[in-house]
Amino acid sequence: MTGYRLATGGSGIDRTRRLGFTFAGRPYGGLAGDTLASALIANGVGVVGRSFKYHRPRGVTAAGPEEAGALVSLGEGGRHEPNAKAPMVPLVEGLVADGQNAWPSLGFDVGAINGLAGPLISAGFYYKTFIGGPRGTWTRLFEPVIRRAAGMGRAATTPDPDRYETMNATCDVLVIGAGPAGLMAATAALAAGARVILADERERPGGALLHDLSEVDGVPAPDFAAATAARLTDGGAVVLPRTTVYGHYDGRFGAVERVVDHPGDPHGLPRQRHWQIRARHVVLATGAIERPIVFPGNDRPGVMLADAARAYANRYGVAVGRRVAVFAAHDGAYRTVRDLAAAGIDVAAVVDARPAVPAAAASLAEAAGARLFAGHHVGATRGRKGLAGLTVAGADGGSIAVDALLVSGGYTPTLHLASQAGARPQWDDALAAFRPGPLPEGWTAAGAVTGRYATTDALETGAAAGEAAAAALGRTVAPLARPALAAADDAALTATAPAAPFHVAGKKAFVDLEHDVTSADIALAHDEGFQAVEHLKRYTTLGMATDQGKTSNVNGLAIMAEHLGAPIPTVGTTRFRPPYTPVALGALAGAETGAHVRPTRLTPMHDWHATHGAVFVATGAWLRPRAYLRPGEGVREAYIREAATVRTGVGIVDVSSLGKIEVAGPDAATLLDRVYANGFAKLPVGRARYGVMLREDGVVFDDGTTWRLGETRFLMTTTTANAAAVLSHLEVLLATAWPDLRVHVTSTTEQWAGMAVAGPLARTTLAATVAGIDFANEAFPFMAVREGAIGEVPVIVARLSFSGELAYEVYCGAHHGAAVWERIMAAGAVHEIAPYGVEALGTLRIEKGHVSGPELDGRTTLYDLGLERMASAKKAFVGSVLMRRPALRDPARKRFVGLVSLDGKPIRSGAHLVGPSGRSEGHVTSTTHSPALAGAEIALALLSGGPDRIGEELLATDPVRGNAVPVRVADPLFFDKDGSRMHV
Amino acid sequence: MLIPCPHCGPRESDEFTYIGDAERTPPALDAPEAVWTRYVFARRNPMGRHREYWQHTGCRAVLAVTRNTLTHEVEGCEIVGPHAATAAGAGE
Ligand SMILES: [Zn+2]
Repeated sequence: MTGYRLATGGSGIDRTRRLGFTFAGRPYGGLAGDTLASALIANGVGVVGRSFKYHRPRGVTAAGPEEAGALVSLGEGGRHEPNAKAPMVPLVEGLVADGQNAWPSLGFDVGAINGLAGPLISAGFYYKTFIGGPRGTWTRLFEPVIRRAAGMGRAATTPDPDRYETMNATCDVLVIGAGPAGLMAATAALAAGARVILADERERPGGALLHDLSEVDGVPAPDFAAATAARLTDGGAVVLPRTTVYGHYDGRFGAVERVVDHPGDPHGLPRQRHWQIRARHVVLATGAIERPIVFPGNDRPGVMLADAARAYANRYGVAVGRRVAVFAAHDGAYRTVRDLAAAGIDVAAVVDARPAVPAAAASLAEAAGARLFAGHHVGATRGRKGLAGLTVAGADGGSIAVDALLVSGGYTPTLHLASQAGARPQWDDALAAFRPGPLPEGWTAAGAVTGRYATTDALETGAAAGEAAAAALGRTVAPLARPALAAADDAALTATAPAAPFHVAGKKAFVDLEHDVTSADIALAHDEGFQAVEHLKRYTTLGMATDQGKTSNVNGLAIMAEHLGAPIPTVGTTRFRPPYTPVALGALAGAETGAHVRPTRLTPMHDWHATHGAVFVATGAWLRPRAYLRPGEGVREAYIREAATVRTGVGIVDVSSLGKIEVAGPDAATLLDRVYANGFAKLPVGRARYGVMLREDGVVFDDGTTWRLGETRFLMTTTTANAAAVLSHLEVLLATAWPDLRVHVTSTTEQWAGMAVAGPLARTTLAATVAGIDFANEAFPFMAVREGAIGEVPVIVARLSFSGELAYEVYCGAHHGAAVWERIMAAGAVHEIAPYGVEALGTLRIEKGHVSGPELDGRTTLYDLGLERMASAKKAFVGSVLMRRPALRDPARKRFVGLVSLDGKPIRSGAHLVGPSGRSEGHVTSTTHSPALAGAEIALALLSGGPDRIGEELLATDPVRGNAVPVRVADPLFFDKDGSRMHV
Repeated sequence: MLIPCPHCGPRESDEFTYIGDAERTPPALDAPEAVWTRYVFARRNPMGRHREYWQHTGCRAVLAVTRNTLTHEVEGCEIVGPHAATAAGAGE
C-alpha cells in the first residue's frame, strides 16, 4: 500500500492545521481531523504492526472499531496504552504511537520465524504440544518463552497519572449510535418532549454520513449531521460523541466517554468518564460492519475493507493506493469504485464473485474505467511487505499489479448490545447476515442494524423509532418531516442483498486477522471434532481477540457450515458478551483509587494521637495508632516500652474502633442468649460479660464484651473488623427467624468514644478524675459497669481487662472523646501514664493467650480455641448443633497453642510449623516480643493436636522470607496464669 | 438490576446485600443435626422465579425479593420482620 494525501477533498479534515506526531520513533505530519490511521496512510506507512501468532506484517484494514490489523500502543510511562485501534485514535499534536508485536523493528521481526513454522503452529497447537507435556514444562519452560514472543502489546508498568470520573444518568430515550438513524431517532424523541441521551463512539456524530458525498436537505451529508447534532444539543438532548456504549447489564448500560483521550496533561479534566445509564426506552442505531472475504493472502498490508477506503478518500482526503482493485460480492461495494474514481484514484479492476452483475453496479465500474471480472475471485496476492499485485482466478483471470485491494463480502449488523440483552441473533437468508432477534421490551432498532443499509431507510426508520419510543412513553407525537436525500443511486446499490458468505480456498487465507486464524485452522477444528460454535471458538481462538470477531465471526461460521454441509444457523452464533470494545480498568475504577477506594475512618482522638508521635496502621477502614514513637525509637522499641508501662504503671489505649451495638427491648436478653454461645439471660444490670458468637455452621464468628446497662438495654461490643457483619447478622435473624422478639438493634459505633486505662495504677488514675464512682475493689468489682462523669461529661466505666492488668474501659459521647482522653492523661501524669497502640495491645493479649482476629479466621471452632467450656450446655444457640459434629472435635484439628522461640529470634506470623514429619502441621497466627517474660519471643499458633503437644520442639519456618526459628509448644496463657493481677 | 425498596424506592442492586433463600424456614436452634446440616449445606439452585432475602445497606431493611434468577427481573419486594407493617404504612 502506497497511500498519499489527495490534492483535494476530505470533508472531515482541516488542511490549514498541520499536526506533528511520532510513530515507531519517526516523526510524521498529519492534519486536524485525521485519525492515526488516516495520517499513517497519508504518509505512505503500510506496515503498522505484526500479527499475534505468526508476526506477519499488518496494515490498516478498516476505518472503525472493527480494525483487526492496525493495533498500536499509545503514550509513554503511566499513560502507555496497548491495543489501540489506529482508526479510532484521533490525531493530536505530539501523539506518540508505536506498532505492536514487533522486535526489534516493524520492518525486521525476529518472531516472523513463527511464520516459517506456520504449518506447525495450527489450531490447538498450544494444547497439544506444550500443555500436555511433562508436568511443569508448560509453566516453567514453554509459557514464558511463548508469552514473550506473542502477546498483545505490553501493559504500563507505572501508575496511571490521569483522573477518571463516574457518571450515573437516566433518560427517557437512549439512542445508541449517531448515524442517520440515530440522529433522526433522537430528533423525533426530543421533538415529542422526551429526555434524550444520544451516544456515539466516533469523534463526531454522523456515522456513515460523514463519508458520504450525497446531499441531505440540500446540504452535504456531513454538514447535515453536524447541524442536526447541534440542534439536538440546543434542544436539551445530551449528545455524547466519543462515547462507546460498551455493555448492557441487567437493564443498565455502561458507556465510556473519552473526554481528553490523548497523551499529555489533561489540564484538570478527566481522561475518560464512565457512564452508567438507565433509559426507559432504547433505540439501537448501531449500524453495520462490513464483512471481509476470506481468500489466500488476504492479510497482506494493502488489503482493506472497501467502505473503509471510501471513508479515507471522502472524509480524510487520503488515497489508500495509487492503483487499486475491488473484490466484492454485492452492489454496495461499487460506491467505493465510484467515489475513488471520482477522487482521481486509478481503479484498475473490479473482481465480483457473482456471475451476473446488475447493470447499475456494472455501469459504475465502466464509468470508473475499471475492468470488471464478473464471476471471478481473487486467488492470491503477492508483495513483500505490502501488496504489489493479485491473481484473478476464473475463466478470464490473470495477474494485475495493484497496491491496494478493497474487499467487501457484505455487511454484519452491529447487534452486540441486543445480544448482550438476551436477543439471540437470527440468521436472515435474504440478507445473508444475522439480524437482532426479538428485542427486549422497550427497545427499538433502526437503520443498518436492522439490515436496511440505504441512507434513506436509515433516516426513515430512525425517525419512526424515535416517534415510537416517545409514543410508548405516553408522549404526544407530531410526525417529523423526513429529510430529503439527493442520491438515488445509493439506495439502489444498497437494496440488493449481498451474496451468501463464501471463501476462496487456499493457504494463508485469514479469517481472524488479529489472532491469525486461517480457514485451514477451521478445517482442522472440524476434522478433530471441535464443530460446535463454542468449541470452534476455543479451539482456534477465532473471535477471541480484542476485536471480538467483529469481522471474522460470520466468515468463520460459514466455513464451518460448509465443512459440515449444514446451513449457517445450525452451527449457531456465540452470545456476545460485554464489552463491545475494550474498556480501560481506570475508567471502571473511576475516582475510587488509592485512598479513595473507601472512606478512612478516624477515631475522635485521632488528632491527639497524630500530634503525640503516633504512627498509624489501617485496621479495616480505621486508622489506629500502631505505637507512639519517642525520639530515637522505632516501632519495635516503642511498643515494647508501651507494653512494659502497662505491666508496671498505667497506659491508655484508644478502643473507639470496636463495633458497638445497642440492643434494647423486653426480649434483648433472650436475643443475646440465642446469639452468644455462653449465657446472658442471667447477667445482672451493671455487669459485663465476655461473649463468643458462632455462625450457623458452628464456626466462631466474633467475640466481645456486652454490658447490661438496664433491665432491657445492653451495649454489645464487637471486634473492629466484624462490626458491620455482626449488626447485619442480628438484624437478619430478628427479621427472618425471630420476628416475635421485641428487640431493636442499632449501631452506635460512631456515637461512642472508648479508651481502655490499664495497669496497676489505673485505679488511682481514674479515681482522681472520675466523679460519682467508687473505685474500691469491693464497690467496683471485676466485670462491673458504672456510670459517672469526668468534668461535665457523663461516662460509662466498665472494669474489663484485655491486658490481664487491673483495667477499665471508659466510654463517653464521641464529641467529648478528645477532652476525656486529655483529662485522663492529665490525671495520670503523676504516674507517667503513657498512651499505647495496637502493637502493645497485641503484646499484652498474646502474653495472656487471648484469641483475636488472626485466630478467629473463619475456620476455628470453640473446641479449636480451647474455649469449649464457654458453650452453654443448658441452652440452644446459633451454631450449637453443628459445632458438636464429631469431625469438628477431632483432636488432630489445628488447635490453639502458645510458642516460645528457642534461639531468641522473633517468630514470623504466617510461618508454618514443621515437625519430624517434614510436613506443615500448623501455622503461627500472632507473634510478639514479650517484655513481661524477660524479653522472650513468643507467639500464638494453630497446631494439629494442639494442647496435646505442649513441650514438643518444632520449626517455625517461613521459606518465603527465608526465616526458620526453633520453637517449643507452650500453654498460650504465658503470663499471670492465675489471673490475680486484674482482680486486685 | 433495580430493587424497589419500600423505604427508599427503586435502587441499584449495588446498594443491597444478598442474604439467602427466603423459601425455607430456618430450623429451631435445637433441631436435630441432620436437619441443620441439610439447612446449612444443601442449597437449592433454582432457575426462574425465586424468593430471597436481601438487606438494603442504606436503610437496613431486610427485604423479601421475588426475583427471576434467569432474567434478574424483580417481581416483588417487601420488608420482612416485626417492622414490616409499620414500614409499609410509612412508605405510603
Ligand atoms: Zn431502603
